Amino acid sequence: MTLAAEHQPESDTESPTNDNDRITSGSLAGRGMFAIVGASFVIGALSWLPSGSINWARWVIVTLLVYVAGTYAVARIVESPRQATDRLATAIVTSAFALVLLPLISVVWTVVDKGSNRFDWQFYSETMRGVVGEGGGAYHGIVGTLIITGLTTLFAVPFGLFTAIYLVEYGGNGRFARAVTGLVDVMTGIPSIVAGLFAYALFVLIDGPGHRSGLAGAIALTLLMTPVVVRASEEMLRLVPNELREASYALGVPKWKTIAKIVLPTAIAGILTGVVLAIARVIGETAPLLVTAGLAQGTNWNPLDGRMTTLPVYTYQAYKFPTLPPSASIDRAWAAALTLVIIVAVLFTTARILSSILKPQGLK
Amino acid sequence: MITDTAPQSSPAPDDDFLGGDTGKLGDRVFHGLSLGAAALILATLAAVATFLFKEGLPTFTGDKSELDNTESFVSYVGPLVFGTIYISALALLIATPIAIAVALYISHYSPKKLSHTLGYFIDILAAIPSVVYGIWGIGVLAPILSRSLYPWLDDHAGFLPFFGSDVNVSTSGRTMLTVAIVLAVMILPIITAISREVFLQTPRLHEEASLALGATRWEVIRQAVLPYGRSGVISGAMLGLGRALGETMAVAIILSPADGYFWNVITNSNSNTIAANIALQFPESSGLEVNRLIATGLVLFIITFGVNAIARKIANAGFSGADG
Repeated sequence: MTLAAEHQPESDTESPTNDNDRITSGSLAGRGMFAIVGASFVIGALSWLPSGSINWARWVIVTLLVYVAGTYAVARIVESPRQATDRLATAIVTSAFALVLLPLISVVWTVVDKGSNRFDWQFYSETMRGVVGEGGGAYHGIVGTLIITGLTTLFAVPFGLFTAIYLVEYGGNGRFARAVTGLVDVMTGIPSIVAGLFAYALFVLIDGPGHRSGLAGAIALTLLMTPVVVRASEEMLRLVPNELREASYALGVPKWKTIAKIVLPTAIAGILTGVVLAIARVIGETAPLLVTAGLAQGTNWNPLDGRMTTLPVYTYQAYKFPTLPPSASIDRAWAAALTLVIIVAVLFTTARILSSILKPQGLK
Repeated sequence: MITDTAPQSSPAPDDDFLGGDTGKLGDRVFHGLSLGAAALILATLAAVATFLFKEGLPTFTGDKSELDNTESFVSYVGPLVFGTIYISALALLIATPIAIAVALYISHYSPKKLSHTLGYFIDILAAIPSVVYGIWGIGVLAPILSRSLYPWLDDHAGFLPFFGSDVNVSTSGRTMLTVAIVLAVMILPIITAISREVFLQTPRLHEEASLALGATRWEVIRQAVLPYGRSGVISGAMLGLGRALGETMAVAIILSPADGYFWNVITNSNSNTIAANIALQFPESSGLEVNRLIATGLVLFIITFGVNAIARKIANAGFSGADG
């Protein structure tokens, strides 16, 4: 008797006869699974027949359903019920992963496909000032995004980094440090639109109702970016081995120099990666900027005064409230979305490269 | 910390690196800066609560005639709270099982070499701006769903109140279900990331003990991995819920809102969410209307605060039984 066949409770029904000497008999390994996957693909493709046209989503979904059901049925017959349950779990888990890739591929494909209609020089060099109908661009949106994100980074990075330094190096396990940790958690959970309302309410006190400016937008985004920076830097600072600090103290180096010259350089790769990812997160924020920075048709270089367009708000406005003809406006929206996705992808890649080249030699 | 007193006890050598006796001043400045930053966190949150409260308060005290509809605040915010919670709960219901499966795939099923790259793909899903999800949802997903899924649900599941056939099915697809599916795609990476982490932390010995008893891979997961990761999964789901509650742009772009409470998720009459309502109304509002929107923002803040607090509590209470 073979190993696998011994596991079968009643092997008299489906006992393999001709290949008893093979260890895989009575199990659904290799070729069997391959056949099921192949058959699922074919049946999935047959699902085109009723409508007569290629439908990728239906193909994938039918294939996955047939794969899951087929695996269970075949394993149930060929193997034991327990093996069948195991194969069913594997099939479901694998299908779930494939299913999740669908929206990702669809989003990226759609953005690239529709965004390329207006992916031209005019889009990146002109504003919407005086533009009626076709043409126009998002130069002012790119300028606004860079100014507001730049200001946000300028505020949030020192703020977040020093808070993390306090929590790791000074606070210890004290009451205040624990309170701050809790508050950072609360801050992480602030909905972005609420952050926008806060910045608006703050500037209403200074400037009066109806205030709109790039600075207010940057304040709102700072509220969202700071906790992300704190979390990332805190985690990285805690990874620095205590031996390094103690060795430095033993040489008589003051605490602040130990932090500035030993701890921070050791953790810099992780901190920079965290900062870049935090920028990637806030650069796509729309809601807080809609209520604080608003929308302008031309370029505004002054963050202290007046409305300032950013790419996400530009995208929203051009899609939701298209000007005539709508197709031109919607094309601009997709081009702006493509620009945003490219920026985020570049930031993501930068973070990856940074974390690999800056990793200190001593660690890992 | 043990080493706190080290700088004082050491003599100050005149090495450049040590900078003579600037050590003490430097220490004070550095300590002051980091303490100040930490205190500023506290001040900022206090300011958020204060300003929202201060700007929201006139809703209750101000002259109601400034508003175009003079209903009470509770009847204004009620449908919005309902819509916010209903849509987010739907999104959570869709996302959680898939997220757990994906996390298991990455942690226990995928080839070890690939799992890092797969995690990276899921992280990219989290980084796509919500406005992009919004225009994808209305431009691509909504037409597909209104052509295929919604008529089918209407025909075959119409006996359920969620798909009841007494009203016309939306032909634009701008419904609560579409929004919930898009939100599910958006919160899935959050739940996956946290679940994946806790699944990977399952003590090796638990898994090996289970394997030694002859368990299949699925039985190992059911006996060792899932019980250990349960609290992590729940807190991940709660964090995802917090994100869904506050999500603005995807809802504002996709949903075709109406005023009221609606259970049916595939029609043109949909309850709006608090965040989307603010985004839609704010640019055209003035005076007391703005105050009322800020007050609804405060309500949203309180809801998400509660959800996040529960999530932290579960996360901190976790692992107690399974630690080993």
